[in-house]
Parts: sequence; structure tokens; C-alpha cells
Amino acid sequence: MAIDILMPALSPTMTEGKLAKWLVKEGDTVASGTILAEIETDKATMEFEAVDEGRIGKILVPAGTEGVQVNQPIATLLADGEKADAAPRAQAAPKQESKAEAKQPAASAPPAPKPAAPAPSSDAQNSSWKTQTVREALRDAMAEEMRRNPNVFLMGEEVGQYQGAYKISQGLLEEFGEKRVVDTPITEHGFAGLGVGAAFGGLVPIVEFMTWNFGMQAIDHIINSAAKTLYMSGGQMGCPIVFRGPNGAAARVGAQHSQCYASWYSHVPGLKVVAPWSAADAKGLLKASIRDPNPVIFLENELLYGQSFPVPDTQDFVLPIGQAKIERPGKDVTITAFSIMVGKALKAAEELAALGIDAEVINLRTIRPLDTATIIGSVQKTNRCVSCEEGWAQSGVGSEIAAVIMEQAFDYLDAPVARVAAKDVPLPYAANLEQLALPQVADIVAAVKAVCYR
Amino acid sequence: MTTKKAAAPARKGPAAGSNTAPTTDELKKYYRDMLLIRRFEERAGQLYGMGLIGGFCHLYIGQEAVVVGLQSCAKPGDTLITSYRDHGHMLACDMDPKGVMAELTGRSGGYSRGKGGSMHMFSREKGFFGGHGIVGAQVPIGTGLAFAHKYKGDGGLCMAYMGDGAFNQGQVYESLNMASLWHLPVLYVVENNKYGMGTSVERASASTDLASRGQPYNVKTMTVDGMDVLAVRDAGLEAVDYIRAGKGPVLMEVKTYRYRGHSMSDPAKYRTKEELQKMRAEHDPIDHLRALLIEKKVLDDEGFKALDKEIKDIVIEAADFAQQSPEPDPKELWTDVLIDAA
Repeated sequence: MAIDILMPALSPTMTEGKLAKWLVKEGDTVASGTILAEIETDKATMEFEAVDEGRIGKILVPAGTEGVQVNQPIATLLADGEKADAAPRAQAAPKQESKAEAKQPAASAPPAPKPAAPAPSSDAQNSSWKTQTVREALRDAMAEEMRRNPNVFLMGEEVGQYQGAYKISQGLLEEFGEKRVVDTPITEHGFAGLGVGAAFGGLVPIVEFMTWNFGMQAIDHIINSAAKTLYMSGGQMGCPIVFRGPNGAAARVGAQHSQCYASWYSHVPGLKVVAPWSAADAKGLLKASIRDPNPVIFLENELLYGQSFPVPDTQDFVLPIGQAKIERPGKDVTITAFSIMVGKALKAAEELAALGIDAEVINLRTIRPLDTATIIGSVQKTNRCVSCEEGWAQSGVGSEIAAVIMEQAFDYLDAPVARVAAKDVPLPYAANLEQLALPQVADIVAAVKAVCYR
Repeated sequence: MTTKKAAAPARKGPAAGSNTAPTTDELKKYYRDMLLIRRFEERAGQLYGMGLIGGFCHLYIGQEAVVVGLQSCAKPGDTLITSYRDHGHMLACDMDPKGVMAELTGRSGGYSRGKGGSMHMFSREKGFFGGHGIVGAQVPIGTGLAFAHKYKGDGGLCMAYMGDGAFNQGQVYESLNMASLWHLPVLYVVENNKYGMGTSVERASASTDLASRGQPYNVKTMTVDGMDVLAVRDAGLEAVDYIRAGKGPVLMEVKTYRYRGHSMSDPAKYRTKEELQKMRAEHDPIDHLRALLIEKKVLDDEGFKALDKEIKDIVIEAADFAQQSPEPDPKELWTDVLIDAA
């Protein structure tokens, strides 16, 4: 019986890809390991091998097709003596993980927002907008700042020749050369310290961690060397450096690769902590971070990299660090969120609107310094607050927000502040358990209903 | 950025870059610089005993020849970084003894305006980048300073100092690897004083040939008698010539000895009095150079006396300043956390 060859998932977050090129044609005999095609994901171009032996029957998806969904049949494989029009068997035993991987991002990532409502913040002044992915916005921010200041350079694992583990630094090596786009060995502690030294020496390093989980190897240099030295030197030793990379959970990568470090770094005086959500956030805040004379922790999110958002179409779009943005005004309840949780909060606000609850959604953008004025102003209006974060609740960003509201707006509260956060467990691998452990739209809706006594 | 610097004399511009024998002026300067460090440290120990210096205080007595010998090979624009046993390095960088001592006492006249203390002082002007309290952390930072020298093409190099204890930290080898890969202009100096706090090198290092650990990274290695300032100087000149020629980093193990405990609160029970006495009697770096100066008739009794007095006056002046300088204004609590973004 003929079997279907399915579009493979080639990374934990891949949901679709481009069938770049077929390396076999109809009628070719293939063995296990024969390279069938080249598949372009959002991160890389990969060769795709046959698992079963047989003869290629029909090619169902022609070369050059974009947006081919994972698990979609792309060709049929015939057994000996079968004809090309033989009815395909159910499926060529797709790996269990592939299905779940494909589903996972769709479930946890919010849909790309409509390009509407460039809301009431400094980025509203721009009249001309373009649509960009977060990935492109981050790259453009770095490229523009590297053109602007010859002392800015990027270093990290696979940032150069490989074009970035997540393709964030695509094209930078070609434009700026090896001097300014530095591939490092796998040596986080060492290159983070080296970056700090380079900053003391007058350069402006952008240090990329492949993920912030690996940044824990370097946390001593981030805190003891980068954050504290200005103070210990009586103001002599400024450290203009950006540490950046994906933070928080991706999709099915297990506990060691899935953690939010926002509250960890937000604890430390001498650091700024930035967590963008949209592509505009990513662009404007990364540019501001590179220009900032202090060490900045820049927390990205892998699941957002491929999402598209409107971005002001100007050369010099910079957002101020330390200012939150009201993404959706509302009068009944304040929802605070950052990074990927902003999308979930907006989705929750839509569902709540259907229930007659008008939620105000604040995109914090910066965790330190926290824009307490915007939060307090909102709570004084709504009298209720739900904080959302992907990290754990204990000593989390939501705990800080709750304390600030208690200190500064206690008399305005009509209900206790609620925290929506990850469950208090290391992140599990199983798709269903991961879903349960991470804060979801339904959790936000439930928390809002609770603080509204509904 | 608000920056206030302690007053300091102008850099003296040490001779470097040639392997000629030291002039008599240079010999005198080495003697004077070592003597200043020793007398300064003795006074610091005294002030500590009087309760005027708090916290940790790690004295450099016995190791003076290392930093004085190597600093004689440095050029203006070079950078130096070390860990917490750092007073000697500051003085060798021509930092003002008054500003160093006032930092030890936590006063506003100190290099960090009293906010850093013994382990955390800096002078960009003098190329001294600390003063770091986390053992080994200065090594990648120094490698980064070297990266900046190379990136800017300023012809400078960084001397990154560490002890034999720090030399077992993983980040040291991460640094050696990157510096060698990228041919960075850095001289790694391992001041092997035989004890990492109370643990002897033999009890901490599987191989006691510390310099040999540079070889797997294709780093040039050297081993030097750190109780002989002229031996250190000669090795230093060879090393900086190699580095300035763009050949990459050098790892230099300098065998030395500290006379005092690890810190002021260390009873030093891990070694015998005889071992210490033998070192002081037979290998003291200052006595060694003094004998040479006498032999070469560079200084006579009168000359030594005048030098002793000059040093004593400097140290007394520093100690007085460190006690008279006021504590930092309470407003200082909140300054220098972040630089105002333009």
C-alpha cells in the first residue's frame, strides 16, 4: 500500500515551512536515508530524509511552496509493484512528538494581533507602519545600532556563520564582518565576563545567550561584575552592555530549557530588565537598550520570534525603557502582563468583553525600572488587578506588583490582587502537562472573574 | 555620570619595550616602589588593628617584586586587573596612596568614595580596572579589556592577575581558550604564593606545574622567580614584546610568597613559622634588591635613609588623610546605581 510522506516538524516550535526543493522525482527509488527534499523553516534550511524504502509515487506539494503545514502529506511512497494512483494508506507513522510539537505553539501562542489601534504611547506618533516579525525587528534594531555606533558588536554562540541559532542575527556577519559579529565557543561564563570587560574598556557589547537558561552559567558576571561595579567604583566604571536571548518556555523542551528569569534579574539594582512582546516593542526597546549606558537584561520569547506585528517604518524608532503601554483601555479590571503573556491577556480581554467585563491590559515592557505610575493610575480607575507572568508566583513580578499596589493604592482596591503564573513545578515535557503548568487564557479569565466577584 | 577622582600624581611613563639592562634610576625606582607597597601595607595592617579599616583586608607583603617588576614593562594605555589582594597593584599603577588608604577606611576621599572598600577600587585614568572580589572573575573581564584593546587597535595590552587559588576556576580556562583563539593582547599572571587561602597548591592542584596548563590552549607559558624583581622584569619584557607583536596571550606563573595571612583574620596555622622565616631571611625581594644596590653602589647609607624617610612620609600622609577624610555624605547611598541615560 502506498504511504504518505508528511511534512516534518524540524524544530520544537515549527508549525509550517517552505518546501524549498525536491531532490527526488516521481518514479525514483529511495532507501531509508535518501534525501528527499530541502525544507526551509523559520530558522534554517534542512534536508529531509526518507524513513521507509520504496518508489516515489506522486509529489503532492511542488517545490517552492510556502506555508506547508507540519504533517501535511507532501508525496506518496509506493511499495514494490504499486501504481502511482494507489490509494494512500492512512499515514506513515508520524512521530508522536511531531504532532504534539505542531499543535503546541498554536495552543500557547496568541494569534498575531490585528494591525489596528497603534495605542496611546510614544510609538503612536508614527504615521507609516510596516508588518514585521519579532525576529526581523530584533535583527533590524541591532543592524541599525551597529551602523550608528562602530563600538557596538554582537557576540555569542552561533551568531555569525550559523546566522543565529534562532536566525535573529541573520545577515549581520555579511554586513559587519567577523570583527563585530563574533562566534564564541560554548562558554557562557567566559564570554559574559569578556563582554563585561569589553564594556569597561569602552565598547558596547550585545551578548546573545542561546537561551537565558544558559545565561545562568554567567549570572555571576551579570550581577557581580556588570550590575555592581559602577556603584563599587564610585561612578567610574560604567558598563554599557546588553545581554539578550529567548526567555521563558518554548515548546516541549523540558524543565531545564523553560524558565522565566524576569523576577530573578528584576531583583538587582544596577540592572535594567526589558521584556518586549510585539515586534515594535522588540525594535524600539532593543535600540534603547543598546544606547543605554547601563547593563540591560533583554528577555525575548522564542514563540514570538515568528509572529508578525506592525512596526513604525522609520529609521530611528526608539521606545523609552521604563514605560509601560496600555494595549487595551478598559474600566473594570487591570490586567498586567509582559512578553508572551500580553497576547494571552488581550485574548482573555476579548473573552471577558463578551461577558460584559471591560478589561484594561497593560504591557509592562520594562520590568526594572517598573512603571508603577501606569499600574497605579490604572488600578485607581478599575479598582481591581490581575497580574500575569510565565514565571512562578513566589517572589515573582506579580508579587512585586501586588506589593506596590498595596503600598500605593490600598484604598482603591475592591478585591485582592490576583496572580496568574506558572504552576509551582519544574516545567513538564508531556504536552498535556506542559499546557497545564503554563498560565493560559482561561486562567486569566478565571482570575478576572474572581476579582470581579463574577 | 558623576565622577570625582582622588588627586593623583601624573603617570611617570615607565621605560618598556627593550631588553636592555635597567638603568640605575630604574633600579632605584623598583626599590622605592616595592618599599612603598611594603610600608603602605604594614600601615594598613596597623589601621586594621585599630578598627579603622573594616571587613576584609588582604595584604601584599612579600609579593612586591611581582607587580613592580611587571608594571615596569607596561606602557601608558595598558590596562591592569586583579582580584582582591590589590593594594600593591594600585600603588604600582601610580594611584595616589592617599586615595587608596582613604578607601580602606571607607571615607569620601577614597577612590570609590568609600563605597568599594579594600577589594573594589578602580582608576580608569591609571588603567587600573579593579579590584574584584569574586575569585577568578577578573580573568574573563581582563580578557575583555584585551578584546577592547584589539578591537580599537590602540596598541595596548591587559595584564590580568590571579592567584594560584583562582587558577582552578573554570572561567580561567574559558578565557585562555578565547584569548588564544582570537590572539588577544593579554598577559595572564598567576601569582603563585603557595596557598589559596589556607590550602596549599599541592592540596588543590592535581598538577603543580601551573604554567603548563597554558599549553593545551597554545598559549605561550613562562615560569618566573617572583622574589626577584629583575627576573620578573626580564620575563615581563619578553612577554609584552611577544604580545605586542600580535602573537597572542602569554601565561606567566610567578612563584612568590605572602608573609601575612590570607586576610587579617587568618592565623596561618597551615604553614610553619620556619617556612615563613626561611622565606623572609633568604628570599625577601626588597633585601635582595637592596644588596644589589649596595653592591653596585647605586645607593649608600645616606641614600637609603633618605628614601626610607620619603616613603615613611608618604605613608603617614596617606594614613592621616584616610582618618581625616569625612565619611561619605548620606546622599551617596543613592548615587552611582545607574548612569542617567541621555
